[in-house]
Amino acid sequence: MLDLHGYGPSILGGAWLTIQVALLSLLLAVVLGLAGALAKLSHNAWLRGIATFYTTVIRGVPDMVLMLLIFFGAQILANDLAGWINRNFGTRLYFDINAFVAGVATIGFIFGAYMAETFRGAYMSVPKGQLEAAVAYGMNGWQVFRRVLFPQMMRFALPGIGNNWAVLLKTTALVSVIGLADMVRLAKEASGAVHEPFKFFIPVAAIYLLITFVSELVIRYLTRKYSSGVVRGSQHG
Amino acid sequence: MEVQSPQLSVSNIHKTFGDNEVLKGISFDAMSGEVITLIGSSGSGKSTLLRCINLLEIPTQGEVILRGEPVRFRMVRGERVPTSPQQVQNFRSRLAMVFQGFNLWSHMTVLENVIEAPVHVLGQPKKQAIEKAEALLDKVGLLQRKNYYPNHLSGGQQQRAAIARALAMDPEVLLFDEPTSALDPELVNEVLRVMRGLAEEGRTMILVTHEMDFARDVSNKVLFLHQGKIEEQGDPGKIFTNPDSERVRQFMAAQNR
Repeated sequence: MLDLHGYGPSILGGAWLTIQVALLSLLLAVVLGLAGALAKLSHNAWLRGIATFYTTVIRGVPDMVLMLLIFFGAQILANDLAGWINRNFGTRLYFDINAFVAGVATIGFIFGAYMAETFRGAYMSVPKGQLEAAVAYGMNGWQVFRRVLFPQMMRFALPGIGNNWAVLLKTTALVSVIGLADMVRLAKEASGAVHEPFKFFIPVAAIYLLITFVSELVIRYLTRKYSSGVVRGSQHG
Repeated sequence: MEVQSPQLSVSNIHKTFGDNEVLKGISFDAMSGEVITLIGSSGSGKSTLLRCINLLEIPTQGEVILRGEPVRFRMVRGERVPTSPQQVQNFRSRLAMVFQGFNLWSHMTVLENVIEAPVHVLGQPKKQAIEKAEALLDKVGLLQRKNYYPNHLSGGQQQRAAIARALAMDPEVLLFDEPTSALDPELVNEVLRVMRGLAEEGRTMILVTHEMDFARDVSNKVLFLHQGKIEEQGDPGKIFTNPDSERVRQFMAAQNR
């Protein structure tokens, strides 16, 4: 039996933190991605500009730099603002940005940009007649989205979402740089104490693989669910 | 006898896309039970007119009036928009459209397509919607295929399913936009047969079609559109055999060639 020198439960706790960060980031990324895709497709030039700026910046700046920028930069910015408020209103505000929130926000923000591209492409793959029929039968905007656009987009978006998720999961390892005790950081601490890196990093690698494997099953299930009605081999039916 | 008011009126409809004026002032009334056919060469504005009627296109000018109730518009930054989206949604739910490309929702089965708008737009109980959908699918000869997805049906079957979807709304007016133009020739008749049945039931229908024999047989009134205007309108017997307009005469001669 693998002897983890008593660090086993702590690393499992780190794995749970990794999963939490990953899932919450995914949720944020999907919301930002849908909003970004809508903005990119909008008739409003301002919205399009903002969305393009967002996706360009994210693609051009390394994830690690963004993580540090948001964690330290946002903290300073928030406290400068708090300082100004304190001076003017005699309050005693101080912001301490929570590493968990900063981690989720950064990763969600980064992957929101990739999701925006995925969703934009998926939207454009939905035949316009499908939406037109929904409008013609009296659906409101939300119903068109909920009943027709979203389920049909998902067919085209799922492969991209699956890829983004696989990368997102690995990106969560970055939260260790801002002090979050995810499984990578805990494994590093344990291996530092015991001087046996393989003993800790191999289980960590195995846990990542296991999560990826389970995700693959979920994506496969969703793909089946959202491709009802599609003739095999002719995606555009 | 009481004077009947029209089921649907369009009055002085104009539609401009950029610099291109596609419709230049079209007016007509559809009385209850009337079948009105819009004919004319391609580019004459027939489909745009139909799309203006259910506000898939917003007419640049003019009124659309359903049972005496006009759609309200206002101007926003020089563009005409409906005052109330709810009114437009209500309006559309009372004018069911059958499209050239069927446009059945491909992620739903035939039955799901038929009950979708009755349940989610009209708020009918699902059980009741299903019973009615099954009766309508039986009527168009598709009850056996109710659990098929559209992609697994022929074009003629898809269009018949689309007609059942339209009928499920209990529409006050049925709109058909070239319903047989996308079909293989051998599938056209099964769709026309269903449509003929609807006309005989006394449904109010407005259709754009290239099926001249069908138009002549079932229409109460034919409108011939040319360059965004009504070139001639009237009884199909007259329009098809002895039109006043030289242009209509040429069009008919070309059809019969």
